[in-house]
Formats: sequence, structure tokens, C-alpha cells
Amino acid sequence: MVLVSDPRAAVAAVVDPEIRVVTIGELGILRAVDEDPTTGRVTVTITPTYTGCPAMDVIRADIRRALAAAGHPDAAVRTVYSPAWSTDWISATGRAKLADAGIAPPGPARSGPVVPLTLAVRCPRCGSPETEQVSRFGSTACKALWRCRSCSEPFDHLKAL
Amino acid sequence: MNGPFDLALALGDDALIAAQRLAEWTTRAPEMEEDVALANIALDQLGAARLLLTYAGELEGAGRDEDALAYLRDDREFRNCLLVELPNGDFAVTMAKLLFLSAYQLPLYTALAGCADERLAAIGAKARKESAYHLDHASLWARRLGDGTAESHRRMQAAVDQVWPYVHELFAPFPGAPVDPTTLRAAFDATVDPVLAEATLARPADGWAPAGGRDGRHTEHLSYLLAEMQVLHRAHPGAIW
Repeated sequence: MVLVSDPRAAVAAVVDPEIRVVTIGELGILRAVDEDPTTGRVTVTITPTYTGCPAMDVIRADIRRALAAAGHPDAAVRTVYSPAWSTDWISATGRAKLADAGIAPPGPARSGPVVPLTLAVRCPRCGSPETEQVSRFGSTACKALWRCRSCSEPFDHLKAL
Repeated sequence: MNGPFDLALALGDDALIAAQRLAEWTTRAPEMEEDVALANIALDQLGAARLLLTYAGELEGAGRDEDALAYLRDDREFRNCLLVELPNGDFAVTMAKLLFLSAYQLPLYTALAGCADERLAAIGAKARKESAYHLDHASLWARRLGDGTAESHRRMQAAVDQVWPYVHELFAPFPGAPVDPTTLRAAFDATVDPVLAEATLARPADGWAPAGGRDGRHTEHLSYLLAEMQVLHRAHPGAIW
């Protein structure tokens, strides 16, 4: 027997397949969970971090699996692109979890006229602001590779977008 | 002619061919970090290409999806600018191409974000953030190479000179399109001129201006690129893994 439970809680608990310490809710990828009042059919709305994010298919499958386990086997997942995802949507809990996992959370996203700028990034290991960028790109589309000059540890930094 | 369809197809082809060219660097870049960088930029371009070609297919209404448009058209049916299909050349040529492409895509996507077509506006608003990062990256390399050693300066200047004729096509009129590319040239110049100056590179004189990509008249380089990109899908239609 499958118990029918709250679809919002089931979806919000789905973890990001590439950064498995945070949920899609905390990352701001999850935009809405709607339940049709008459049919009970669940529609989940998500948005990608980057247009080419290769994790989207896995995220869709994970959402369907979580909803099926929660008693909603016929759920639909739709993807929207507007408004465009911003790292400003990552929750405080999500930022804390990223830092705990050794990933420096993003600073505020740049808005208005786009100009190159560099902000100090604190080392998620020792907290030192004496850090340097090793590579502007990293292991996933949303990260850059940094290094701490105080404790010498390399670390990922989620780029402000 | 259908403005939004033609524009979505042209910009989707720009992004797709740029992605394919950048992906050719994978495992061949001059250093590990740059390998990761070029693959990431290729992935961004591919993401934009998928959105644009999917939308183009819907506007066309003939049942063609992103895969049909990417893999089952011949060279004369592609509408990308010539700039993106040019061979990678040395690293400086790739960076010159990326600098000019991103200095064009950034104001283009920004203008698209404010256009009346909701789908194109959403794609533009999303892609412009990624273009800004590509532009930063190419600008940094142009400065590093241009204002580097005598040899890196020579090669970066040669790259800029080689690629420059192909930028003019980007700003040709596009009848019926929701964004008029001729209005983007000022933003392009305002971005590129200071980068070239800081990189101690001379801006080439405007002269020869090859064009034809938007009408399906390409260099032979595109045919070879498509042969490699399309062979699997054509040999095994609908293959997935």
C-alpha cells in the first residue's frame, strides 16, 4: 500500500544530483508544486541553473520517483526559463550546507550593466579571505575552482549568477 | 520569411556550431583549467542552442524537434554566421573568435530579453548572463596574450586580424526579426575597442566583409564539421543512450 502524502514535501526533499548536500528547493531550482483540485494530479515546475545543465533529466526523473513514492505516480514536470535562475535564490539553509560541504557559497549576483568584478571569497575550510581563483570554471557549470592562500586547500566556489 | 522563426534558427545555429567547435578542444586545451573552461562554455552554447532550435521547430510547425534541426539538415540549410564555423586555429584564434562572438551575443541576448516574443525574451534573459561570463573569459585571455610576450602578442594580433573580417556579417540587417542586429554594433565596438587597446592590440581596418551564412552560403569548413557532428545520428536515427 502506498500512502498518499504531501507532494510539496516529497519534491522539496529531492537532492541536487551534482551537489548532493542541498535540495532542489534550497537551490531555488524548484519553482512550484501544484495539485489539481479536481484530479489531484501534481505538476512540478523547475528551472535550470544554466541553460546547458546536464543534470536536468536526472532531476526530472528524481522528482517523478519521489512523487511516485509519495502516492502521486502521474505527476508532470515542466521546465520554465523565465525568470532566469539566480544564485540569489539559494536559501540561507542551502548556503550553510554548501559551506559545510566545502563549497564557498556565492556572493550577491551582479545586476544592471554587466561589468567584470571580483569579490573576496572566503575559504569554506578556515574562513580566511586570503583566497585566489585557480580556474574560472569548475567541475560543474555553476562552479569555479579556488584555492586558499592561508590553509592551502583548494575548494569549489558557486559562481554568483 | 518568418522573422521569429528565422532569428531563432540563426541564433540557435550560431550557438550549436560554436558549441561543436569549442568541444573540439576537449582533451586538447593548453592547460587543464582551460580544458574545463572551454568545455563549460561549449555546454552553455549547447544549452542555448537547444532552447532556440526547439522553439524554431515549434514556430515552423512541421514537426521538427531540436534533434531533427541539428542532425538532419545539410550545410545549405544552416543559418549560422561564418565566424562560428571557422576552424579553431591556434588558441589565440579560438579566443579571438570567442571574444567577438560573446561581444555580439551579450547585447543581442540583452535586446532579446526585452523583445515582445515571450519565449525569445526568456531565452535572452537566461543566456545573457552566461554570455557575460564568456566575454569576461575571452577578454582576460586577449589581454594576457596581447600584453604578454612578443610571441603571444604576435599570435594574438594575427588571430584578431584573421577573424576580424567575419564580424561584419553579425550586424547585417535581419528582416522581420524581433531584434535588429544593426543596432548592436555600437555596443560591440564599445566592448571590444577597450579590450583590444588594453591588450596592446591594433583594431584591424574594416575592409573585406565575407557574408552569406544567414542565407545558407557557408565556407567548406561547415560541411566537415557537420559530417562529424551528424554522422552518428544519421547512421543510427533516433539513437539514445
